[in-house]
Amino acid sequence: MHDSSQIRALLKALFDDQRLAVLATHQDGQPYATLVAFGADDDLATLYFATPRATRKFANLSADPRVALLINNSANQPEDIHRAMAATATGRAVELEGPRRAAYEARYIARHPHLEEFVRSPSCALIAVTVERYVLVRSFQTVLELRMTP
Amino acid sequence: MKWIIPLEAASPEDRPRIGGKGYALYRLQAGGFPVPPAVCVTTALYRAYLRRTGVGERILMELNRKSFKDLRWEEIWDSALRIRNLFLRKALPPALGKPVRAALGERFGDSPVAVRSSAPEEDAAAVSFAGLHESFLNVRGADAIIESIRKVWASLWSDAALLYRQELKLGVDKSAMAVVVQQLVNGRVSGVAFSHNPVNAAQGVVEAVHGLNQGLVDGAIAPDRWLIDRQRRQIAGHTPAERREWTVADPGGVRLETLPATLQPKAPLTPAEVLQVFDLALASLDYFQTPQDVEWTFAKRDLYLLQSRPITSSREAAEGDQRGWYLSLKRSFENLKLLRGRIENELIPAMVAAADELAAVDLGQLGDGALAAEIRRRSELNTHWVSVYWAEFIPFAHGVRLFGQVYNDSVHPEDPYEFLALLGQTPMAGLERNRLIAEMAALVRATPDMAAALQAGEPPAGPLAAELAAFIDRFGDLSCPASGARQCTERPETLINVILQLATHPSGLPQAAAGGRAEDLKAVFLRLFSGAERRRAEEMLDLARASYQLRDDDNIHLGRIEARLTAALQEARRRLAPRIPEGAAEIDPAELLLALENPAHALRAQTSGPKTAAPPAVRALRARQLVGQPAGPGVARGPARVIHTTADLASFQAGEILVCDAVDPNMTFFAPLSAGVVERRGGMLIHGAIIAREYGLPCVTGVLDATALIRTGDELTVDGFLGIVTVSTGRL
Repeated sequence: MHDSSQIRALLKALFDDQRLAVLATHQDGQPYATLVAFGADDDLATLYFATPRATRKFANLSADPRVALLINNSANQPEDIHRAMAATATGRAVELEGPRRAAYEARYIARHPHLEEFVRSPSCALIAVTVERYVLVRSFQTVLELRMTP
Repeated sequence: MKWIIPLEAASPEDRPRIGGKGYALYRLQAGGFPVPPAVCVTTALYRAYLRRTGVGERILMELNRKSFKDLRWEEIWDSALRIRNLFLRKALPPALGKPVRAALGERFGDSPVAVRSSAPEEDAAAVSFAGLHESFLNVRGADAIIESIRKVWASLWSDAALLYRQELKLGVDKSAMAVVVQQLVNGRVSGVAFSHNPVNAAQGVVEAVHGLNQGLVDGAIAPDRWLIDRQRRQIAGHTPAERREWTVADPGGVRLETLPATLQPKAPLTPAEVLQVFDLALASLDYFQTPQDVEWTFAKRDLYLLQSRPITSSREAAEGDQRGWYLSLKRSFENLKLLRGRIENELIPAMVAAADELAAVDLGQLGDGALAAEIRRRSELNTHWVSVYWAEFIPFAHGVRLFGQVYNDSVHPEDPYEFLALLGQTPMAGLERNRLIAEMAALVRATPDMAAALQAGEPPAGPLAAELAAFIDRFGDLSCPASGARQCTERPETLINVILQLATHPSGLPQAAAGGRAEDLKAVFLRLFSGAERRRAEEMLDLARASYQLRDDDNIHLGRIEARLTAALQEARRRLAPRIPEGAAEIDPAELLLALENPAHALRAQTSGPKTAAPPAVRALRARQLVGQPAGPGVARGPARVIHTTADLASFQAGEILVCDAVDPNMTFFAPLSAGVVERRGGMLIHGAIIAREYGLPCVTGVLDATALIRTGDELTVDGFLGIVTVSTGRL
């Protein structure tokens, strides 16, 4: 169960199932965490989300593109400790533009149809995070790391 | 198929899926009643559509921006308009659309049908939703039927439905809508019948009109009415109607037409037919075992039962319940046309004449007693015109909404407020006022050192002083908000500031966005209609333009009358100045009258006195981001200028973001100079939103507690695309 294709399958299933991720940015070293409605590419290389440009998270990731995202399936129950799974992704964020933005916008709308007006607003940025590694936590303390870039 | 169930294939377990009306028709059909053939479009299709298109989640987002109790009626109307547009623009996904289209096509082909709402809550014994949801008559072809089905679904979220379901606690997110698609019976006579007269159980009631039922059900046509003695099965009375119009089928659905002269003198039913209809209501009563209210129609000699539902007691308005008043604002096109005639030909000329007459009175020539009488007279006049404003002008504003709905239903625009572009750039009475202000600004710009002198607080001098006095004489000094509020200052600082801001603004007077697009949109809109429908669409646009224009004009006219009252009060204050105690801030008008009429009266200052500023509290709670409605597209950044009283306008600087409770007509000069507008009052058709759209300013309205949570000087970002206001709160 520890080969990378199985881990990839687990991550993919988790991402398909979850709609929200916790995004970590920072401002001058002060960490800052927010919720974002996210999507993931099939090859897991890119995670994407949308944010208005006036937000703090947008200012933070514009100043320093290094970010982390946490996606988990806990259900707010004691059993979460052994049952839940959490994936942390670290990587670099960039605002999408041009045809790449159009392609990701369509994917984003397919996944979150009710956020269509939101993501299509000219004041809203679509952010892609190129994932450098995933850290997957299961069964309380089993932690595996998947490197996406050398 | 679970999406569509023909009446004859339904079963008792289908009740929650086919709704109240569908279920009643199923029962009637099974009981051998003469109901037209019909199918039920189930709630399963509605739910699947909501889920697969994301429309369901978007409705919840729309309705959860704010607590329902904080929504003004205008905002509820706006929400309903946006939700309706979601339904209009989102087609059925192919997986749903294909089988539904095939089933409808096979069943009805191109023959005309009626598409009627059938909410599961509707027609339940305890609550009557009658008339809250929509029906569409004379619809032909599967595609048109499906579009009407989407409109019926949308009517579950109409403003009226939202207002009532809140009280009935039927759960905004637990609701669903089934639809009945019924073969249209082109009736020669139609009507309703009650097995029991709601006010006298010993009687039954039959109401009838020539033609189709729609006009009667809508309340547009008064029916002939018969009372029937239930015991003896005899007609106990007949009240004929005027019989001027009837509802007929036409290619666009149905419309009201003048009733042919040959039919006008004829009662729609013979006495035998009245009893035949009443027997049908009785048979339905026997069948359902509760008093019934039925809709029926005669096609040639055949009597059809269109629907039957339990009689419910009428909704009685509770004390202080203003929903009835609100719903009464939703006037019909015909009603609005009459109202327009009265406003344009009688009320506005009378208002202008009243203001002119008041302006001609030389207050300085009046003795003290006569001045007191003049103040009383002006106060009464002002009160009279404020009440006319509420009773006649405000309802006329519905003309804009009526047009908006017609435009959206036919054009399906991406922006549900696109229709406003067809209404703008109309010459408004405010224009003359604007022109005089621009003239004074030009004077300041052309006179060396004048701007600096005014900025330094020196009083206006020379020709500017004369122009200012003439302006104030005509329009007031901008410090009195129109329509009844009392916040006037006695120094024209607000007016001087707007002149200064315009004079020193680099580009001079901001210009409203060009109106070229309006003609294109108008052409696209009108092309969708032909013949009589086209004339009606043109008339509706013309009415909407008049309605739109009046929104500004009425305030200006009202402001002129109010300004005359203020002028008389100021004359009284000037005369009584020696008797006003030292340091008294404000003297009540009633006190002024007493003092004018009695030289011995000792003037008392208002007890409230000037407000002392609260000690600066530590701002533990600050707003970082506030959500309202996007009311003018664009993004703006700038320092906030929060307007608590009109006096705050005197310090407004061009480029600031105007944050206020409501953009008053007197603030219309400042809005174009601002970088953006944030308003506590919600709505897309309110003054601030309309000005913002005309000048292309980012605008967010309906921001709860905007003036309390935002402080002057806060750095704001106004996102007019998403309806978000972000406050810079400093470093983390």
